[in-house]
Amino acid sequence: MNNLIDLEKKINSELTTKINKTSIKHNQIYVEIDKEDLIDVVLFIKTNKDTKFRQLIDITVVDYPEETQRFKIVYLFLSHEFNHRMILSYFINENELISSLTNVFPSANWMEREVFDMYGVNFKNHPDLRRILTDYGFEGHPLRKDFPLTGHSEVRYSEEKKKVINEPVKLEQNYRNFDYESPWEGTKYIKEISETNDKKN
Amino acid sequence: MTKKIKNLNLNFGPQHPAAHGVLRLILELDGEVVEKADPHIGLLHRGTEKLIENKTYMQAVPYFDRLDYVAPMNQEHAFALAIEKILEIDVPIRAQYIRVMFCEIGRILSHILNVTTQALDVGALTPSLWGFEERETLMTFYERASGSRLHANYFRAGGVHQDLPAGLENDIAKFCETFPKIINDLENLLTDNRIFKQRNVDIGVVTKDDALDYSFSGVMIRGSGIPWDLRKSQPYDCYDQLEFKIPVGKNGDCYDRYLCRIEEMKESVSIIKQCLARMEKGPIKTFDGKISPPSKAEIKQSMEALIHHFKLFTEGYRVPKDEIYTAVEAPKGEFGVYLISDGSSKPYKCKIRAPGFSHLQSMDYLIKGHMLADVPAVLGSLDIVFGEVDR
Repeated sequence: MNNLIDLEKKINSELTTKINKTSIKHNQIYVEIDKEDLIDVVLFIKTNKDTKFRQLIDITVVDYPEETQRFKIVYLFLSHEFNHRMILSYFINENELISSLTNVFPSANWMEREVFDMYGVNFKNHPDLRRILTDYGFEGHPLRKDFPLTGHSEVRYSEEKKKVINEPVKLEQNYRNFDYESPWEGTKYIKEISETNDKKN
Repeated sequence: MTKKIKNLNLNFGPQHPAAHGVLRLILELDGEVVEKADPHIGLLHRGTEKLIENKTYMQAVPYFDRLDYVAPMNQEHAFALAIEKILEIDVPIRAQYIRVMFCEIGRILSHILNVTTQALDVGALTPSLWGFEERETLMTFYERASGSRLHANYFRAGGVHQDLPAGLENDIAKFCETFPKIINDLENLLTDNRIFKQRNVDIGVVTKDDALDYSFSGVMIRGSGIPWDLRKSQPYDCYDQLEFKIPVGKNGDCYDRYLCRIEEMKESVSIIKQCLARMEKGPIKTFDGKISPPSKAEIKQSMEALIHHFKLFTEGYRVPKDEIYTAVEAPKGEFGVYLISDGSSKPYKCKIRAPGFSHLQSMDYLIKGHMLADVPAVLGSLDIVFGEVDR
């Protein structure tokens, strides 16, 4: 498949019911699927002679805490043969299990460990689901939107105890997040006006 | 009488000079043969992605310098390109040449460091002494353009921060004349060196299929004979107007990867020369006052410039809602930024795809069955920098 439009048609016609939505933007193809169809779709795009997405570039998650389906799981694929990139995604609830891609792409191993570490998303059939980037014995999932930027605990060397200790974070000053979009804090009506103005523009 | 033999578990690092940073590698040894390798990473984890979500787009740029800190500007490039694509702004041609030139300088910086320290790991001291002198010269170029040797913070969405100072172009041109001789000197020491070859040839062999399955990129995939370079296949900035070759290996072992890096440095020198020859005077960032800050002189004269300056350095520019993945060919492989913007002045999500992460992951596959002494050789040829692996 030499161009993206043909590729989009091909994927839609071959995988009809498994595809929820496709679009082309920035020279990449964006595909939305259901969580149950992941393995089937990935196996298809990896092995089919017209797609040949032979490389898994990365796996990541986007956190939308307000939504019921909180996490958007994103897979990035690359096809060297046809020089295409695909962004595959689906939504899940907070405590849902998803299937691991390690049997299809061995490189998914660490990527899924990172997703588990950073967002607390669990994988089934993963050979070795441990934390990867955070410290031994770390609690919480740092990239979730409800995890504070300053973290919960800090580490320092205690002169009295002669060892490194873990204590809750003490801030001299609260972390300040300025709302630059309106010049005055708390004046909600100005914000509303600027929002309606934005819509007019 | 039978004796029970137990495998030995060995901690390689986190403070081992051949670990190239803070890697804790737990090796299971049967005699001198490695049975299993389990890399523990994250000792340099600083939460870059979380911090970027809490900073404006302009404030996020310096974090990219601190990823792969031996070639800082290549990372900034990926981020700048991602924002430019969403905002649909054009970069002036001079800025494109400046950016490409500094990316190639970054490539040379990174490859010198890798080639010479890998030689150091397998027993050759001199290359690193010669190579680091050249790195120093290159970092002075960084300093003269951006103000600092390592953490440049030089690329912006829409161009670069400031124009090159007088005389810098000449000095870079002079460097391009003298540097090929240094590469030859390094090659004289290493390429046909018996010890260097014994330590590298047929060590850490990667087949074509495995290079794809393990998400390799950059020299790791080219060393195995797959001609894939994003500068050619998905050109960004002015790469499509420049002429350069992509060196490809044959056997996929450490030695081929070393040869690829040496050849790439020669190509980089030729790219820098072409950039210098084609560069003409002109603007170095986009004129759109909503994105790039006005000059100091302008602020004194124009009310609008003053407002722009104030808004840009407090609120920052807003980026419309979008989702994009942009990748560049960094010295170590495909460095990508997956950016989700939500219409505000801060990124909603910024995932950084570091090439070293997937390279290091394959350590177990690469080293299984090799001797303990091959671990530094393989690790060196993977070209790992912990700033980007741990993020």
